[in-house]
Amino acid sequence: MNVLDYDVAVLGGGNAALCAALSARRAGRSVVVVERAPRHLRGGNSRHTRNLRCAHGSPTGVLTGAYEPDEFLADLHRVNGGESDERLSQLLIERSNECASWVEFCGGRLQPALRGTLHLSRTNAFFLGGGKALMNTYYGLASRVGVDVLYDADVVALDLDDGEFRAATVEIDGERRTVRARAAVVATGGFESNLDWLREVWGDAADRFVVRGTPYNTGTVLRLMLDAGAVPVGDPRGCHAIAVDARAPRFDGGIVTRLDCLPLGIVVNRRGERFADEGEDLWPKRYASWGALVAAQPEQEAYCLVDAKAIGKFMPSVFPPIEARSIRELATRLTLPADRVAATVDAFNAAVRPGAFDLQTLDGCRTEGLTPPKSHWAQRLDTPPFWGYPLRPGITFTYLGVTVDENARVVMKSGPSPNLFAAGEVMAGNVLRRGYLAGIGMTIGTVFGRIAGAQAADAAR
Amino acid sequence: MPLDDLTANGARTLTVCNACRYCEQYCPVFPAMEERTTFARADLTYLANLCHNCGECLYACQYAPPHEFGIEVPRTLAKIRFASYEHYAWPRPLATLFRAHSLVSAPLLVLVFTGFMVLLEQLTGSPSGPMRTDGNFYAFIPHGTMVGLFGSVFVFAVLAIGIGVMRFVRDASGRSEDRQPRTADSVWRALRDGMTLRHLHGNGADCVSGEEARYPFRRRSHHLVVWGFLLCFASTSVAAIYHVVFGWVAPYPYTSVPVLLGAVGGLLLEGGCVGLWYEYARRDPALGDPGQAGFDRSFILLLFVAALTGTIVLVARGSAPVLALHLGSVLALFVTLPYSKFVHGFYRLAALWIYERER
Repeated sequence: MNVLDYDVAVLGGGNAALCAALSARRAGRSVVVVERAPRHLRGGNSRHTRNLRCAHGSPTGVLTGAYEPDEFLADLHRVNGGESDERLSQLLIERSNECASWVEFCGGRLQPALRGTLHLSRTNAFFLGGGKALMNTYYGLASRVGVDVLYDADVVALDLDDGEFRAATVEIDGERRTVRARAAVVATGGFESNLDWLREVWGDAADRFVVRGTPYNTGTVLRLMLDAGAVPVGDPRGCHAIAVDARAPRFDGGIVTRLDCLPLGIVVNRRGERFADEGEDLWPKRYASWGALVAAQPEQEAYCLVDAKAIGKFMPSVFPPIEARSIRELATRLTLPADRVAATVDAFNAAVRPGAFDLQTLDGCRTEGLTPPKSHWAQRLDTPPFWGYPLRPGITFTYLGVTVDENARVVMKSGPSPNLFAAGEVMAGNVLRRGYLAGIGMTIGTVFGRIAGAQAADAAR
Repeated sequence: MPLDDLTANGARTLTVCNACRYCEQYCPVFPAMEERTTFARADLTYLANLCHNCGECLYACQYAPPHEFGIEVPRTLAKIRFASYEHYAWPRPLATLFRAHSLVSAPLLVLVFTGFMVLLEQLTGSPSGPMRTDGNFYAFIPHGTMVGLFGSVFVFAVLAIGIGVMRFVRDASGRSEDRQPRTADSVWRALRDGMTLRHLHGNGADCVSGEEARYPFRRRSHHLVVWGFLLCFASTSVAAIYHVVFGWVAPYPYTSVPVLLGAVGGLLLEGGCVGLWYEYARRDPALGDPGQAGFDRSFILLLFVAALTGTIVLVARGSAPVLALHLGSVLALFVTLPYSKFVHGFYRLAALWIYERER
């Protein structure tokens, strides 16, 4: 059997993996990256990202104002409910400060916030051209500094000796190879593309989930580690999921399938009933909560209805709206019970209180005496044309992972591994088990990728 | 492919782009796109001509092949751009004819016009003997004949290009008409960005020739061609002033202004043509439209032959066959100007101008 020998093996090929590989190579180690995807689909979910969240004390080239670590931590606590490893959260935030300069050091280019995302201009540094451009930069640099990359390489077995990494068995084109290394970094993402695993957790509902990212995050290595005695972190049901257009492709639809129009209208299920407060809170909190809300509806499907007043106030989606001159006609075209939808809209319209509509704030437009209420941005649906969009849960990534210590070492039941490290989504559950903060996935990948790479280089000395 | 057949794919592509917007800060195409929610033919020809084909957005695209969306912005816009030159050309059938056979017709026209020059020389040339010039253009073909022939072809070319570009501007600026007055400022900014090729290095680094392969050569070669062409044009203009105003008749000495301008301009043009030819050969084919390779190369070829023979005539003087070839290739170049790749510079400047007015 074909045996490859390196100082450091990095399993995975996204942002965390590349940050680890480049850091280990910088320390002078021989490094191999084992990427499951083919070359043109490399980069995991990072190829769909666009920014990372970083603390900073003063305005930088691409960031406005200041984003102090305390504020970052408070934001994190607000979304995760304080359920996280406090030391690792603080470490993440402290080191997030270096992320932008690390990206630029590697030749990556940053840009100010995109139009329509100005609420992130203070907290998030955007990648020029998005995450795939950044991955190209990292892979380009990796090739120039002599990091080897195996593509289409599926890790099928780990050789761990009492928590110590020895080798990984890798299958490429049906041929098995052994990758031996003195240290390894696991950065293989979550298990959200593994439909069988999703079904184990969610039952039949999983069949109607849209996976927003890469089809290669099957969680194989996560399961191998858990089976070998790694201490799990997070709940298998924990995931970041939003409502996406039901017409989205099963995998890899990325950003263009999202719908920003939910707070501008009402959302009904297949029975034609409202089931949640569409005006509960500002972006991004409401944005991240809709995946679970839609997943709980019959057939995991819902429909967002808006009228002419909303048109032009939200980012265009890649799929055209279903349009009609009346609510009944729209319901029919969406294959919903027209009477029920009309009654829902009538009840909603009757409950809307007058107010000054302002999408930029938690305005005073709300319903009264309606269950569930619409707390803000409530306007009557009365002006044709009416638009409808079908919705499904769109899963971005799962939070179930392995526990790590502050050196990114994987914690086994017997204690921290001497030479097995983890970074990125596969250990994100240490700091975030529910909710989501825009751009924090790339921050976790960059910070812990760099730590894991440097530590692996040390362990491989 | 006719323009209307390309617009469906163009609209589909830009609808994906408009919902993504990650490429927003690469170049003006994306901010201009964001001003629109639907993409009709005029929007697409405008955006296509605003595109400098730098290629960044192909490699950055999460929806590029093999993704099932198969988004290829550089190629999609290149095809629309190519079709737009023909769509707006005046008269259009001539553009269709030349586009369909550009790689054959360019050399053919050079040969035909060279033969025509030889024939003209036989009929009107000096009595000093066939195919002898003694360094004197006008001994080959009398000045009046030359001015009449080249002048009328040139005037026609300017007129035809002008009509084409005006058609384009009228079509493409429908949305910008009521926004901004046609200020001198917008003209100046468009000229500045066009002539400096700002959008081939808009973000500091040079744009790509392949994934993560950044070279300055495509940009530099363009500069060489443009400035070389302008110097040659200046050389001819100065010579015309010498002749008409001062009555100084060619040939001019080696150190004279027309000869110096022509010599330097010719060398720049030749260098630029070689650079462009080489750059096209090694560039990632995914960045362009393979269907227009002949269109691109026939223009480079014509420019190169005209420049090279011109340099030989200037330096070596007196070789009648080279002079005939030079005049023949210049005539072929001029005749095809409104229907060749030459027009892309004008459409680009016009699109940049519309962009500046829309901002």
